[in-house]
Amino acid sequence: MIPAPFEYARAASLEEALSFLAEHGDEAKLLAGGHSLLPLMKLRLATPGVLVDIGRIEELQYVRDEGEAVAIGALTTHHDLSRNPLLRRQLPVVAHVAGQIGDPQVRHRGTIGGSLAHGDAASDLPAVVLALGGTLVALGPKGRREIPASEFHNGFLETALEPDEVLVEVRLGKSGGTGWGFEKLTKRAQDWAIVAAVAVQREDAPGGVGVGLVNMASVPIRAASVEAALADGASVAEAAELADADSDPGADINASVEYRRHVAKVLVRRALERALAGPAGGDGAAGAAGAAGGAGAASEGGSS
Amino acid sequence: MSILGNRVLRREDPKFLTVGGTYVGDLELPGALHVVFVRSPLAHGVIRSIDTDEARAAPGVVGVFTNADLGAGPMTPMGMVNQSMVRPLLAEGRVRYVGEPVAAVLAETHAAGVDAAELVAVDYEPLPVVVDPVTAAETGAPILFDDVGTNIAFELNFGEDPSFFDGCDVVVRQRILNQRVAPCPLEVRSAVAEMVDGRLRFHASTQAPHDVRSTLARYLGMEESAVHVVSPDVGGGFGAKGGVYAEEVVVAALARNLNRPVRWTETRSESMLGFGHGRAQMQDVAIGATSDGKIQAYRLNVLQDCGAYPDMGAVLPFLTRLMAPGVYAIPKVECSSRSVVTNTVPVTAYRGAGRPEATAAIERAIDCLAAELRLDPAEVRRRNYIATDAFPVTTAVGTEYDTGDYAMALERALEVAGYEELRAEQARRRSAVAPDLSSEGAGGGLAPRSKQLGIGLSSYVEITAPMGGGEFGAVEVKPDGKVVVRTGTSPHGQGHATAWSMLVADAMGVSLEDIEVVHGDTDVVPRGGGTMGSRSLQLGGVAVSQAAVEVVDRGRQLAADLLEAAPDDVVLDKTMGRFHVAGTPSISRTWAELGAASLDRDGQALQAEVDFEAPGPTFPFGTHVSVVEVDLDTGQVELVRHISVDDAGRVLNPLLFGGQVHGGIAQGAAQALFEEFRYDADGNPLTANLADYSFVSAAELPSYEWTYTETPTGKNALGVKGIGEAGTIGSTPAVQNAVCDALSHLGVRHVDMPATPVRVWEAVSAASSSVPAAAAAARSEPANATNGGA
Repeated sequence: MIPAPFEYARAASLEEALSFLAEHGDEAKLLAGGHSLLPLMKLRLATPGVLVDIGRIEELQYVRDEGEAVAIGALTTHHDLSRNPLLRRQLPVVAHVAGQIGDPQVRHRGTIGGSLAHGDAASDLPAVVLALGGTLVALGPKGRREIPASEFHNGFLETALEPDEVLVEVRLGKSGGTGWGFEKLTKRAQDWAIVAAVAVQREDAPGGVGVGLVNMASVPIRAASVEAALADGASVAEAAELADADSDPGADINASVEYRRHVAKVLVRRALERALAGPAGGDGAAGAAGAAGGAGAASEGGSS
Repeated sequence: MSILGNRVLRREDPKFLTVGGTYVGDLELPGALHVVFVRSPLAHGVIRSIDTDEARAAPGVVGVFTNADLGAGPMTPMGMVNQSMVRPLLAEGRVRYVGEPVAAVLAETHAAGVDAAELVAVDYEPLPVVVDPVTAAETGAPILFDDVGTNIAFELNFGEDPSFFDGCDVVVRQRILNQRVAPCPLEVRSAVAEMVDGRLRFHASTQAPHDVRSTLARYLGMEESAVHVVSPDVGGGFGAKGGVYAEEVVVAALARNLNRPVRWTETRSESMLGFGHGRAQMQDVAIGATSDGKIQAYRLNVLQDCGAYPDMGAVLPFLTRLMAPGVYAIPKVECSSRSVVTNTVPVTAYRGAGRPEATAAIERAIDCLAAELRLDPAEVRRRNYIATDAFPVTTAVGTEYDTGDYAMALERALEVAGYEELRAEQARRRSAVAPDLSSEGAGGGLAPRSKQLGIGLSSYVEITAPMGGGEFGAVEVKPDGKVVVRTGTSPHGQGHATAWSMLVADAMGVSLEDIEVVHGDTDVVPRGGGTMGSRSLQLGGVAVSQAAVEVVDRGRQLAADLLEAAPDDVVLDKTMGRFHVAGTPSISRTWAELGAASLDRDGQALQAEVDFEAPGPTFPFGTHVSVVEVDLDTGQVELVRHISVDDAGRVLNPLLFGGQVHGGIAQGAAQALFEEFRYDADGNPLTANLADYSFVSAAELPSYEWTYTETPTGKNALGVKGIGEAGTIGSTPAVQNAVCDALSHLGVRHVDMPATPVRVWEAVSAASSSVPAAAAAARSEPANATNGGA
């Protein structure tokens, strides 16, 4: 439980972080909240030569209304996302999901940028950003570039980020998430999802809905077949039957492949029902279900 | 008015809740060297060589040691167990489980030790691995101890009577897994050793400091008088800190051999692979009854997984057997067992140690019988309880129960639970709801449409202080009036300081604040059995209580001398803490005056020492009712209510009683629903950290509905029984029965623990795809069929 020796550099600014990365190249690894990287280092499964700590760069901690989009600084913690008034008003699904991650300690340390850049398929926020059709902003020596969320996760713990780039911002269109549903199946409240599904109403999507899946492949994925079926006029139940069509789940101590495929259908159906429920019934029903949901069964949704 | 029976707040808590305790790892020991163990990555293999050269040369390294360097050990099994299955302190020639210590690095800092441990090169030749105890018991299985030639470490056979089930209208059989769990105390293992004036001083995180003293002396070849063990605050043990671990002996050996202070605190990851595991039984039950549900015969065959070396785990079936019939009057009971070694972490005592396994088996068997006979599980229990007027009673396995009132506990629990209403709600949900993925719910469909209700019962009786033995207690009055209590039972969370103070305050009329409870130092407390098997109050508490009574007698004698009165005329005013002649309260002697006078008179302190030996163990009992909701679509189980009625004789302090039950229910429910230590077929642990191992948290548990009754025992003057393990014993089968009950209408008869989502979903899927076949296979067999179990 002691990491291999490493150098440590704390970046006081984004500029300084970029220069550290340029200096150390592949040897360097960015440290934000540390909740993914540090355990790997303690197990000596990750042995970066240089740890560039960006955790104190305040300029990357924000949630801003930018007209068409909400811009979220990469170092905004899950806790801050969950409490942010703008998100709770405009994109309540983001606030809600962030508030369900891990436990309070994790939420006070973990960041949205860290979650996305680590790229763990079992993390919740990447699936939400995918469902919302978000855009990720990276900054590097060659400047700033925007990467669609759908092109960000390339493979198991692999992203489109270059070694000298920093993920600085997540941009989410405001059209997403008026009606939404999030269904997360966990062993215990603080665990990663065995499977989770998020559904959001989106004016810009053909079927009017975006659907994301957690832990159903080596990367966070969208349930594109479900979205397409809805666009073609399928019922929620019919569309939900396609929940695993775009997936490639693995087996582990918590679930078989068959179980994951089955549960994905159940959770997508439930998430869609919540997301598409009429404004009248949505909030009340969601609130009641949320209060009843206890150990390991976080499910909530709403509409406005 | 007596303080006994009152809800006195724990004297221990202000410290723990503010500045915190002082644990072994907190001790400051300038210049101490740090031990880091090199552990086997292989479950089974021959050690061809161990190259320590590079590690020795690493910065900060003082030495690297293998077993031959230690001059200590090996560790030998308990008496009943195959004596050839010895354990070297560090693996020698062969490794038998992942995590087994192979070499010890001694370094100036912990970090230097961890770095150097990576440099120790061990050349292994892999051997075939056996993880499953069923396989391990079969001929042709990989053998862990070649010279023994079998994996069987211990057997209890009490014969198989072919006419055993004659006269039974129905016989129900079930194989039940009581899975392997990890105890996970907050404080992991930790040890500090140093030589002081030629003696070994050893700080241990233990439940039994005096046992540590004798065990270390034996394995180190030292006189017991040359070993001084101190146990400071201990952050939980749950039975698994009841013995001495190889690593602890290594720490002591290195300190002695090098004559330098040495310390070791394991990481959580090490703890999961080195600290003893619990339970790990495969049980085959067969229960025979008349058609009206009267049990005639019960057979329990236990296959106990010992892990790689037979520790306490090997003899758990002995305790299981003692309690096999549970609360029921069963004319014929057979219990046989076989304990086998496997390439896994050694199994040891874990909260209840063999008795929860007995309760789980019989309580599942009762529910299976009830399902077979289509009787209410509560009614089957009623028809079979040992009658309240039958006590003391000797069961068919020869265990003598002291007192009990099992029917009363059941009725009380059913009343609190609202049993009839629960059954009505269950029926309503069953008839109203069909699990159907393809149907869209009417009326918005936002409520989960497939949550079934399950109601589970468990009536338990357990044996506390099962291993007998006595306990030491002493009470001394200091010249300033303070009272020092010395006790041989060393607590690790139970609240001894509060409980013992109450007993002393009640006997002597001194205030709690003036009482100091001393434990855990073998130079201060001469003897002690320790805290395990729920034995503390009924042995250690009684010893302290008796010592206080003796001190009162001596105080009275002394006061009589000072007051120039006859002792019989002198009374103790407990409200004032003073002795005076009856009718003349104005002339009195305080405890302080008597403490000083005793020293003045002959240099002897005013004190008493007692070694209390009970005439036998005691048998607390109760009934738990558990209510679960099962989501048929996902298999997820939620524990929504847990009702417990517990009876541990006379209650000293309901707060402490309730605390023990509270934690016990959590641990028991956790076994039923969440926890399982798992290996793959190659012996690689799959749950070696707290992310993968589903240690329960408060978020998964409801608030309990707890109540207690008092049926005193005659085995001690206080009338008290133990309560440390009852919560765990009662809760596990109640929760498991509730899960099975929720699914029973679907044709599911049994779901093994833990009832995880995938396991429940698979059980439901299997039953719904073949209801007639599953029902037929699971139901009764001919009464004279031979038992196919291990």
